[in-house]
Amino acid sequence: MITLNTYLVISGIVFVLGLVTIINKKNAIGILMGVELILNSVNLNFVAFGRYVDFDIKGQIIAIFVIILAAAEAAVALAIVLNIYRNKQLIDVTKIDAMKN
Amino acid sequence: MDAYTIVFYVLAAMTVISAAIVAFTNKIIYAAFALLFTLFGFATLYIYLSADFIAVSQVLIYVGGILILILFGVMLTTKIYDVSVKSERNPILPALIAGIGTSIVIGFVIFRTPWNAVVDKEFTTIAPDIGNAIMGKFLLPFEVASILLLAALIGSVLLARSEENE
Repeated sequence: MITLNTYLVISGIVFVLGLVTIINKKNAIGILMGVELILNSVNLNFVAFGRYVDFDIKGQIIAIFVIILAAAEAAVALAIVLNIYRNKQLIDVTKIDAMKN
Repeated sequence: MDAYTIVFYVLAAMTVISAAIVAFTNKIIYAAFALLFTLFGFATLYIYLSADFIAVSQVLIYVGGILILILFGVMLTTKIYDVSVKSERNPILPALIAGIGTSIVIGFVIFRTPWNAVVDKEFTTIAPDIGNAIMGKFLLPFEVASILLLAALIGSVLLARSEENE
């Protein structure tokens, strides 16, 4: 039996895994992957609520806008990461502290 | 339990397990390829929610765009042929504490809220409905999103360009 709660549980598990990825990884691209996981789980929530509670296409339209924002975010973030790697030859976010002092 | 439900749970397990591989693997290239399966799994879950346009957009934009960008990032920044190199990690304890705390909160919210959900009602959407809604009621967010995409395009080109021949 597939109900709303099934989708909410899947999305919650993926959200927590994305959070663990962001906190645990030091690689900047790994952190980006965690952000993508979180955005996907939120999208699944929007579409599931639109299907089961709201019964309209509003949830799907919000999901489309989230996908657009995720694409823009990934492009800009990867440009920044590549630039840091070209200047400093490292990708570890705990060692990038040029603006600390 | 019919085949529809069995296939659903197989796809859901694939999604969750590959997301766990993304979270807990040590090699960044394995994480990138596990993310591929997670994104495909989400596309199939959108099909189960009868959101076919979102599913196709997911495959086109995430798998075809963002994942390729991430793979380019991995291959341009790390020496993937060096097998002994592992991605460094922070201590696991804060991540586990945050994860367990968030799961408890999310579990309470999911199972203690009366969601007022429709269960056995047919729901079909077609792509023209979404197009009409975007061009009608949601026209302003659409235009704002297009301006944002233009700004992100110009900004990322400016950030990533080579500065050697100045």
